Order: sequence, then structure tokens, then C-alpha cells
Amino acid sequence: MPVLLSEEHQIRQPEDVVLVRQAVRQKAVELGFNLVDQTKLVTAASELARNTLQYGGGGTLRLESLVDGLRRGLRLTFADEGPGIADIEQAMRDGFSTAGGLGLGLSGARRLSNEFHIDSRPGEGTRISITRWR
Amino acid sequence: MLTEIVAHDEAALLQRWIDNQFNASGFRPDRIGRAELQENSTQFLSSFRRALNSGATDIQGADWAGVRHILDGLSSARAEQGFSPTETATFIFSLKQPLFERARALYANDPARLAEATWEISQVLDKLGLYTAEVFQRGREAVIVRQQQEMLELSTPVVTLWDGILALPLIGTLDSARTQVVMESLLQRIVDSGAAIAIIDITGVPTVDTLTAQHLLKTVAAARLMGADCIISGIRPQIAQTIVHLGVELGSVVTKATLADAFSVALHRAGLAVVQKQAARRKPPADPDRESEGNEA
Ligand SMILES: Nc1ncnc2c1ncn2[C@@H]1O[C@H](COP(=O)(O)OP(=O)(O)OP(=O)(O)O)[C@@H](O)[C@H]1O
Ligand SMILES: [Mg+2]
Repeated sequence: MPVLLSEEHQIRQPEDVVLVRQAVRQKAVELGFNLVDQTKLVTAASELARNTLQYGGGGTLRLESLVDGLRRGLRLTFADEGPGIADIEQAMRDGFSTAGGLGLGLSGARRLSNEFHIDSRPGEGTRISITRWR
Repeated sequence: MLTEIVAHDEAALLQRWIDNQFNASGFRPDRIGRAELQENSTQFLSSFRRALNSGATDIQGADWAGVRHILDGLSSARAEQGFSPTETATFIFSLKQPLFERARALYANDPARLAEATWEISQVLDKLGLYTAEVFQRGREAVIVRQQQEMLELSTPVVTLWDGILALPLIGTLDSARTQVVMESLLQRIVDSGAAIAIIDITGVPTVDTLTAQHLLKTVAAARLMGADCIISGIRPQIAQTIVHLGVELGSVVTKATLADAFSVALHRAGLAVVQKQAARRKPPADPDRESEGNEA
């Protein structure tokens, strides 16, 4: 599937989560997503960026604009080289948190996206990619 | 060779350069005065000449420390003054033209030397321009972070809407360390004032994610323990839809679309009502000064 444009952002400190949200919002506006979809994308990005920082020890976000026939989409890929997730199914469960959080970040991000892929191995890091189409 | 070009009548070179900066498109006389520009340029040029004299070409080296120091100061000052990176790098790039002109005049009869001089000028000014842009970028990121922090600090006023009714209009991002402080100040005001109802208005919060929601829920729970009920207002339609997908349950928390709706619920709970003036005219109220705001039921 053709990728029109791609850019990368570092996620190293709490301020970067704010910058990630701003970048995703801007891209979503450029691609013509409506306000509800923009909000969904930005919120999902906020969850995954914070996880990248909080559990992954920092990492990167790659932003890609996609074209599939007449459809336009935005794909966000978060990657870190942190401890990874041993039990993905458990981590994806609503309410599961190892940090006293609401435990809704991962599962919520999946519900807010059209496509969700997670790839994580203990000791190797985590890579999560979400896509939303308009 | 560059040394020769720069050292030759430095005062005239300075003048040409400053004029060039003034005439550059995108120059902002509203943001920077001629005196400041003159000072920056004079300092830079003498440092630049000294660095060239040293013979060192690595602008990251010790001999160029003076030049870098001036560019550091200039870049961060201009980031603060609201210049763009391009406008800021123009400081350096506008020196090219006068240097080229000089090289042409000095080496008119020696094309090989002229070519070499042109190359040298471009090399060093491009490096310095790039350096300026990088420092500028770092400076601007610092400005953004600071502005965000200032936003949060500005956005913490707890206002008393009525006896026993507080409002906390939140503006900005709600996931930083500041949030804790904001919420604590609300709780403190509840204790101090003995308020029974607190309205947390999130109209100015751009994103509500799980961390934001958790902060809100914790505050509501803590307020409840102190005998105050919270109402969350300003939940825009797109935020409402997103929260539902996220799976956040606001449970028993009362939510309202607008601060006005929340205030009216709060008044009702406090046993107060807002009545219209016409109604009041038909039946004159005891205290005319308060007729439009509300009367004790
Ligand atoms: N990038 C990651 N690397 C390692 N572990 C992770 C990563 N992302 C998530 N996890 C694990 O998965 C758990 C669930 O994540 P999720 O985002 O759903 O909830 P949470 O972060 O605990 O709370 P919140 O609801 O505030 O997001 C986390 O508690 C953490 O243990
Ligand atoms: Mg999370």
C-alpha cells in the first residue's frame, strides 16, 4: 500500500507526548479527518506515546499518510526497545495495569482505531501500530 | 584568504551587511531595533575575524567558541522575540553577498582565487547558518515547553460562583506534573470555603485520555470525601464519543455539556433558582439587587 509521506518523532520526555499529540492533530487535519476522528487519533496517540515513555523507556513515533484506492489513512507506529510485554493478552485486557493506571490505554487505543497491530517480546521491546481511515 | 577579505575595511563591510539585513525580505523591524542589530553584527564580525585569523576551520573547535557564543545568544533571543528559523539564519546568510562582492573586487584579475574564495565563504557561512538554525530550534522547543507550563499556571484559578459553589475552569494539557497541583488547589479551596459543590470545567482541555480521566476521577473522589460534590462540565461531543470508546466510565459523576448547565444544577442543589426578570416584575422580589441572578427559593 503506497505510503505518501512519513515523518518520525522522538519520545524521550513528558513534553514529547504533548508534541506528539500536536503533530498527530496537525496531520489528521491535513488529511481531512473530521473532528471526532481527529480526537480519536490524538487520544490513541496520547495513550501509546505515554506507554512508550513510561514502560518502554522512550522510543519513536513514525507518522505515515496512506493511500488505498480512494481511501486516505493515517498510520502511527510506536516503537521502543524497553522490557517488552510478556503476556500481551493480559496487557490488552480492560483494567489491567502494572502501574496503578486505569488499564485502558492499550485496549482503548485499539477501540479508537480501525487497525491495530502489536508486536512485543520480553527483552526486545514493543512495536504498536494503529491505522485510521477516512 | 578569507581573513584578507574580512579584514579589509571592516567598517564598510559591517555597514553593507547591516543594510543587507535590513532590506532582507522577512526582516522584522517591529521585533528588533537597528541599535541591537548593529551591536550583534559588530560583535559577530570581530569574533569572526579573530576565528579566521586562528586558521582553524572547524567551527565546533575552541577557536570558534567566541563566534558560537554570540550565535547562541542571538538565536535564543530571536526565538523569544518570535522570529522564524529562516529569519534568524538570515543574520548569517545576508553576510554572503557583501563578502562575495569584496572577493570579486579583490580578485577581479584572478579567477582561480576568486573561485576558491567564493567556495570558502560559502562553506563557512553555510556551517554557521546551520549552527544558528539548530540552536534556534533548541531554543524554540524550550520556549514551547515553558509556554505550556505557564499556560497551566495561568489556568488554575478556582473561582467562587456563589456561596458554596466553586468552579475550576481548566485550560491546557492535563497530564503533566502541574495537574496534581491544580487539583490540590481545588481541594484546598473546598476545605477552606466549606463549599458543597465544585464544578470542574474542561472546555479548555484539548485531549481527555486515560491519565486525564484518572486525575479527574481521583479529584472527584477526594472532594466527595470532604463533603463536596463535583460536576464535570464542558465535555464537547467529540470528547464524549472518544471517552466512551476509550472505555472510561465516569460512573456516578454528574456531567454537563456547559458550565452554565452545571451552574444551574448546582444552584438547584443549593436550593436556589434563577428566575426571569419579567416574572420578578410581576411579583417584586425582596432584594432588588439580586433579582437577575437568583433568589432564595
Ligand atoms: N511499551 C510498553 N512496554 C512495556 N510494557 C507496556 C508497554 N505498554 C504497555 N505496557 C504494559 O501494559 C499494561 C497495560 O497498558 P495500558 O496502557 O492499557 O494501561 P496503563 O498504562 O497501565 O494505564 P492507562 O489506562 O493510564 O493507560 C501496562 O500497565 C504495562 O505493564
Ligand atoms: Mg497506558
